[in-house]
Amino acid sequence: MSTTIERSSQYKVIGKDVLRPDGVDKVTGRAVFADDVHLNGMLHAKVLRSPHAHAKIRSIDVSEALKMPGVRAVVTSEDFPPIPEGIVKEEGAAFFALASDKVLFRGHAVAAVAADSPHVADEALSKIKVEYEVLKAVLDPREAMEPGAPVLHEKLNPMSFGARLEQHSPNALQQITSMGDIEQGFREADVVVEREFTTKTVHQGYIEPQSCVVDTAPDGSVTIWSTCQGPFRHRDNTADLLQLPQNKVKVIPTEIGGGFGGKEVPYLEPMAAILSRKTGRPVKITMSRSDVFEGTGPACASYMRVKFGAKKTGELVAAHLYFCFEAGAFPGAPVGGAVGIGLGRYKIPNQLVEGFDVVVNKPRTQPYRAPGATQIHFATEGVVDELCEKIGMDPIEFRLKNVVQEGDRNVQGVPFLRIGGVEVLEAIKNSDHYKTPLEGPNRGRGVALGFWRNGGGMSSCSISVHPDGTVSIIEGSPDLSGTRTGIGMQAAETLGIPFEDVRITVVDTDSVGYTMGSWGSRTSFATGWAAIEAARDVNLKMVERASSIWSVPPEEVEVSDGTFYHRDDGSKKFTFKQLAARLNATGGPVVGSSVVDPTRGVGPAFAANVVDLEVDPETGKVTILRYTVAQDVGQALHPGMVEGQLEGGTVQGIGWALNEEYFFDNDGQMRNSSFLDYRMPVALDVPMIDTIIIEVPNPGHPYGVRGVGENNIITPPAAIAAAIHNAIGVRMTDLPMSPGYVLQALWQQNGH
Amino acid sequence: MIDFDYAVPTSLSEAVSLMGSNGGSARMLAGGTDLLIMMRAGRRLAKLVVDAKSVPELNELSLTDSGLNLGAATSCKRIWDDEPVVQAYPALNDSASIIGSVQIQGRASVGGNLCNAAPSADCTPTLIVHSGVCTIAGPNGTRQVPVEEFCTGPGTNVLQPGELLVNIKLPSAPTNSGAHYLRFTPRNEMDIAVAGSAAFVQLDESKQNFASARISLAAVAPTPLFAKAAGDLLVGKPVNEESIQQAAEAAKAVAKPITDMRGTVDQRIHLVGVLTARALRKAVERAREA
Ligand SMILES: Cc1cc2nc3c(=O)[nH]c(=O)nc-3n(C[C@H](O)[C@H](O)[C@H](O)COP(=O)(O)OP(=O)(O)OC[C@H]3O[C@@H](n4cnc5c(N)ncnc54)[C@H](O)[C@@H]3O)c2cc1C
Repeated sequence: MSTTIERSSQYKVIGKDVLRPDGVDKVTGRAVFADDVHLNGMLHAKVLRSPHAHAKIRSIDVSEALKMPGVRAVVTSEDFPPIPEGIVKEEGAAFFALASDKVLFRGHAVAAVAADSPHVADEALSKIKVEYEVLKAVLDPREAMEPGAPVLHEKLNPMSFGARLEQHSPNALQQITSMGDIEQGFREADVVVEREFTTKTVHQGYIEPQSCVVDTAPDGSVTIWSTCQGPFRHRDNTADLLQLPQNKVKVIPTEIGGGFGGKEVPYLEPMAAILSRKTGRPVKITMSRSDVFEGTGPACASYMRVKFGAKKTGELVAAHLYFCFEAGAFPGAPVGGAVGIGLGRYKIPNQLVEGFDVVVNKPRTQPYRAPGATQIHFATEGVVDELCEKIGMDPIEFRLKNVVQEGDRNVQGVPFLRIGGVEVLEAIKNSDHYKTPLEGPNRGRGVALGFWRNGGGMSSCSISVHPDGTVSIIEGSPDLSGTRTGIGMQAAETLGIPFEDVRITVVDTDSVGYTMGSWGSRTSFATGWAAIEAARDVNLKMVERASSIWSVPPEEVEVSDGTFYHRDDGSKKFTFKQLAARLNATGGPVVGSSVVDPTRGVGPAFAANVVDLEVDPETGKVTILRYTVAQDVGQALHPGMVEGQLEGGTVQGIGWALNEEYFFDNDGQMRNSSFLDYRMPVALDVPMIDTIIIEVPNPGHPYGVRGVGENNIITPPAAIAAAIHNAIGVRMTDLPMSPGYVLQALWQQNGH
Repeated sequence: MIDFDYAVPTSLSEAVSLMGSNGGSARMLAGGTDLLIMMRAGRRLAKLVVDAKSVPELNELSLTDSGLNLGAATSCKRIWDDEPVVQAYPALNDSASIIGSVQIQGRASVGGNLCNAAPSADCTPTLIVHSGVCTIAGPNGTRQVPVEEFCTGPGTNVLQPGELLVNIKLPSAPTNSGAHYLRFTPRNEMDIAVAGSAAFVQLDESKQNFASARISLAAVAPTPLFAKAAGDLLVGKPVNEESIQQAAEAAKAVAKPITDMRGTVDQRIHLVGVLTARALRKAVERAREA
């Protein structure tokens, strides 16, 4: 394993591997996760889930369950206030209020029981009698789009990931974008490749299951301890569903054991709040692993058809991308996002993208690290690899020829600022890995390029300066990946103080201004920016204070690197600590605060991979031999943690590529809802990964930060598919490329 | 999980009488790596759980001139920690060191693996090719059953209500013999066999011909499968790729797998051939080194 940084700027705090403040607590077990919260008199609840993929609920009888000793309350959809149209802003969020007239997937929550112990609650579930009228289920997106397919909803909500979609058919929404004239484009092409691809449902596989403790006070106000990515969304959804004012719902985000997009919505909190209201006691619900697989939101499966045309000289001239994302039981697959980035990395003058958000009787999907991008890149980079083969061009040269650069326009027509596509490709081309020939039978090498636009959005922060010159920062972004460290570093850099003088805490929804969730590679960028602005506010106020102490106009006082000084008078000078010590006696403490919404400065980013692997031709098993990732991170705030992100995303991408899948039977039952049978990679399945950290500073951010967390999962399936082709000569078009499937492809190749 | 009672007998007779109480709804707990998971999932019910780990006979691991006495509750870790046992029965070590993970192996027992009677059990084919014999104790005394007759279907075995498995005895390995177990799994650890194959071979004095052979398969039938014909056909045959492929084909012929989330019928039958050939080659190598 090696890590290389191509560094562009030098800072005092940023870019150093400081000690992360949450490290010791996490390693020693002191850190408090949601399931570690214990309150006096706390009850435990369990959720009854639908055994059918699609059924009408005729009746629910909870009387026997309520009679069991130790059972305190039961909740069903009847306990929720009627949900007025449009009140729950997130698509499908109504389903956190439990199934009412229909269940739409196996695992759909129907009722929950609160009892003195989790075992009693568990046993009580078997006493609830639900009468179902089983309906025909539809499990495949293409079948769901056919006339006559079973219909899931009377009406589909047309909002998906902030994009407005159009109704296509009873189970499908669509979004179409185009540029140029694709028919003309394909006529100009010397080589055209067209293929179909599919991918299966996969889970984020966070190690900590969903868990919450909810306490409803006699006045109806609700306090929620939860493992969540977006406490403010949890608050708003819960308040909406319970029809409470937002200031009567407080969400306290606990430490979080992974999320990757899967912990953005409140599966348990609203029902726990009602159980707590009914009993007057706090209620805990912690999911089992099979609850997590069946009852939360995995990443969508997909069907994709891709046609690319290129000149013999390598220029792409036309592209048609058609894809159906399997949304699960409610619409909301990342169609808008995928339309936006699907072809975004290449200059293609003529293009047509048609995306479909299709509901089927499976769990309602959620984002997973660069939502939609891994699927789309698997298909489109697969076609690019084949074009390279047909034209006889080196895959990196081909991509260098076509990759977008500063000034090129994105699909929305906006020109890119400085971006690092060329740099990541050059880094792979010049890597020791790419320059070392690969030898041996059944071995192959593949490359792929990934593109992700990253996110911005609202964040808030405030900083208090203490008399001894240390500071406390509060912010509202749950720390999934070390973000509190990177955010604190940006504040320390701006204040010109050492990182060790900063204490940073993620606080509840009453204590800090609105902050969007930790998703979309936005946190270090946007909440980091909020920390910078709060630090600037501190600096401004400290400058004012120095000016009043010195009795000079504030314009004459300057600050740089944590020193406040008079423009002309060298005797007037305070270090940060000296001035901090004077604050309380000279007008009171200084608190800086900020609210930002930096959507314009978001810096899109690229990652490129080269992978070597070997295929066992007798079993179809793929062994990864060597893996190198190059990613443009803008500015590595904490190189150690950036390296961790690159490796982590790559490992998840390898799992998605090779083995991970929901195995549904014909009735829509998941057959492998445990980590033993849902095969995420274990340590022995992945090699040490070489990382090349590229810093092409984002001109839109004060310290050049770009999102880092998502880009790295996008390319592995595509790179691995290319390497398998290189090793054994077969094109793998379906994920996962599990041994059975590779074996089948080999048999087909040999006319078996 | 429903409430249950828990008992820790310290002698075999006490264990037998506890197993006979409760109208046959008592269950023995060795490592618990199958039992507890199944009880949680509601797939096994027990009113009384009888812990095997304090009964001396169930925890023996002794190597003598006549062979190995393997107490039913002996953990996989105790096997791979015991150098003489590993030397004498490398195939047993092959099995014991691939179950789950190091943490699982610290608890999981060979006897539990056998009693659980999963078709995919990784120890059972090895016990079969080593001609293992089970000692069973019950209200009516003890009886012996060859390992290959122990499992009767997925999750079922010959134990009658009140009976328990005391130990498995493996005869000592003859000269010029070797054995190997391997399985196919998509992951390199923490996975359940798509198919598995154990081979035991004894070579003649020249080490150029098979004197005897036993082959047993995992995860390709309702029970771990003794592929007797596949082993028998090697007797007297020269050690070469042709003989090995014939045995592999014969093993494929007796495999009766199903298609499920872990693999398809075609894939599994194909794997039986691949794995059996690989198991035989390695067993021969070990026999020649011995
Ligand atoms: C994460 C994980 C990974 C696993 N990986 C594998 C694997 O790779 N390969 C594999 O084969 N298995 C695997 N297993 C299954 C399990 O670990 C093995 O079958 C193990 O050998 C069982 O042994 P145990 O001592 O834990 O059995 P227990 O769970 O204690 O018992 C298993 C069954 O046998 C009965 N029993 C136990 N001892 C006796 C006795 N003396 N007399 C009568 N009945 C008895 C019990 O009542 C129970 O029904 C895995 C399990 C887990 C949880």
